[in-house]
Amino acid sequence: MAITKQEVEKVARLARLALSEAETTAFSQQLNQILVYVQKLKTFSTEDVEPTSTVLGETNVFRPDQVQASLSPEQALGNAPDAEASCFRVPKIIQES
Amino acid sequence: MALTALHKMTLAELQRKFTAGDVTATEIVRAYFLRVAHVEPKVNAYLTQCKEAAVAQAERLDQSLKGWRKTTPLMAMPLAVKDNICTEGVRTTCASRMLESFVPPYDATVVAKLRAQNYLLVGKTNLDEFAMGSSTENSAYGASRNPWNVQTVPGGSSGGSAAAVAADECVAALGSDTGGSIRQPAAFCGVVGLKPTYGRVSRYGLVAFASSLDQIGPITKDVTDAAILLGAIAGHDPRDSTSANVPVPDYLKALKRKDLKRLKVGVPAEYFADGLDPEVEQAVRTAIEGLRELGADIREIKLPTTDAAVATYYVIATAEASSNLARYDGVKFGLRTSDSKDLLDMYLRTRAEGFGPEVKRRIMLGTYVLSAGYYDAYYGKAQAVRTLIRREFDAAFETVDLIVTPVTPTTAFKFGEKSQDPLQMYLSDIYTISANLAGLPAISLPCGFSKAGMPIGLQLIGRPFEEDTLLRGAHAYEQATTWRSKKPLVR
Repeated sequence: MAITKQEVEKVARLARLALSEAETTAFSQQLNQILVYVQKLKTFSTEDVEPTSTVLGETNVFRPDQVQASLSPEQALGNAPDAEASCFRVPKIIQES
Repeated sequence: MALTALHKMTLAELQRKFTAGDVTATEIVRAYFLRVAHVEPKVNAYLTQCKEAAVAQAERLDQSLKGWRKTTPLMAMPLAVKDNICTEGVRTTCASRMLESFVPPYDATVVAKLRAQNYLLVGKTNLDEFAMGSSTENSAYGASRNPWNVQTVPGGSSGGSAAAVAADECVAALGSDTGGSIRQPAAFCGVVGLKPTYGRVSRYGLVAFASSLDQIGPITKDVTDAAILLGAIAGHDPRDSTSANVPVPDYLKALKRKDLKRLKVGVPAEYFADGLDPEVEQAVRTAIEGLRELGADIREIKLPTTDAAVATYYVIATAEASSNLARYDGVKFGLRTSDSKDLLDMYLRTRAEGFGPEVKRRIMLGTYVLSAGYYDAYYGKAQAVRTLIRREFDAAFETVDLIVTPVTPTTAFKFGEKSQDPLQMYLSDIYTISANLAGLPAISLPCGFSKAGMPIGLQLIGRPFEEDTLLRGAHAYEQATTWRSKKPLVR
C-alpha cells in the first residue's frame, strides 16, 4: 500500500493547496511513511465497536431563537483582505461568454 | 519592596502581596516588563508584547483602588496567553503567516473571564503554527528556546507559554492542549501544566485545530496556581456547544489534604516500554514511590491499546484539522495572495503562501484519510479504536482513582533533532495523546532533573471532571518534594 504522486496531487487539489514539485515529492515520501505507521490500527479488532466522534455524547445543543448581540458589519469586515459596501470582495467568478 | 523579587513569586504569593496593598499594579507591570526585556532576547517566548496597554490598565487599577482594596483573585496579575486564543484588539496570529495581521473583534470566553477580573495581559505567546507541533520549531516567526538550556526546544505547541512561565516572564499563562501541547512543554520547561477534561473549559475563541480534542488550560509555577487559574476559566459557556454543564468546585479546597490515604493510583506497564529514556524512567519510578509513601495505594494496571494512540490521533486530529483549516480561503480574514488569475487560483495560492510545511502536511494527511475510498479504512477505523481506548480507561478507573505515567519519553531535545522526521516528532507525544482521545483531565508537574540538568515531568491522569482529585494528588507530591525551588539561570 502506497500513496502515489498522482494521489498526492489529487489530494492537494481537494485541499486547495498549490504544491511545488519539491513539496509534492517530499509529501509523497512523508505521507507514505506516516500511513505505513498508521497501518498498525488494523491489528486492533474493532468489529461491532461504535465509533467515537466526541467523548461527551452530546447531540445537538439548541438555544431559544431570539436575537442576540452580534458583530457589526464593520467589525465583521474589519479583517477582510478586500471589502466593499458591506460585502467581502472576491475575484470575478462568472466569466463573460 | 524590591521590584526585582516580584517576578519570582507564584501567582498565589503575588495575589497576597497585591491584596494586602504591599505592591501596586504599576509596580507589578514595571517589574515584569523589566524581566521580559532582560530575558526575552534569549527565550523568545512572545509573539506580541502588550506593554502600553498593561501599563495603562495598571494605572487605572491603582487609581480606582486608592484607599479601598476590593480585589478579584486575578486583579493585576500579569498573565500570558497563547497566540491561538482570541484577544479583542490584540493581534492573534497562531504563529502563522496566514493570520499575521489578524486582530480579533472579540475575546475568547477564557480571556473575557480574565478581563472581567482585571488581569494584566503581558503578551501573546509563541507556538507551533496552528498548535501543530511539539517544539515551536513550526512557528512562522522563529522558535522559542528552553530557559533551562537555550540549545534545546521548550516543547510545544504551547512552548512560548511554558518558557515564559519558567523564565519568570509572566506569573502564569494559558495554553491549549490537543495531544499534549500543555503538558509536554510544561515537562520540558520544569513547570506545571494542566489539560482539563474535554468540555470543562470553553473553547469559544480558541482557534480550532482538532475540535474533539482541543482544550485550554493553565501553565503555572506550581499546583496551587494551576488550581487558581483553572477555577477562573472553567465552566459552562452557551457559546461553546461542547462545553459541559457541570458545576465547578472550589479547586483550592482540594489542596487542603496533604496525604494520599485511600487514593488508588494505577501504573500502566505500557507507559514504561521501549523508547523511554532511563533517566526519565528512574525519576518517574522514584516519584511513584513518593506517592506510595504519602499513603497512595499503588497498583499495576493494563492499557494495551496505548500502542494505537499515536496512529489514532494522527488520523483523527489531521482529519479534523483539514476541515477546520478550510476556512482560510483568503476571503473573510487573513492572508490573500496578491497574485491570482481567478477564484480557484486565489484559494490555491493563498493557502500555499499562508501555511507552513507542517500545517500543509497535516491538511494533506487529513484530506487523504477523509477522501472517498479511504474514509472507512482510516478515519472510521481510528474512531473505532478511539472507542477502545476510552473503554480501557473507563475500566481502569473502576479500580483506580488516578493513573501515573511519564509525560514524555525524553527530556527536551535539541533544535533540528526531530524536525526533519515528522513521524519521530509525532512519537514524542506518545504518553500524552491518550488523555485527549479519551477526553480525560491530566496534569504534568516536575519530578526531577536529568544529569544534564534538564527537567523531567510526572503525569497524573484522572476521571472526567475530577480535576480536584488530580490537583490533590499533584499538590501532595509537590509539597513533599523540592523540585519547584530550582529555577533556570537563563543564559
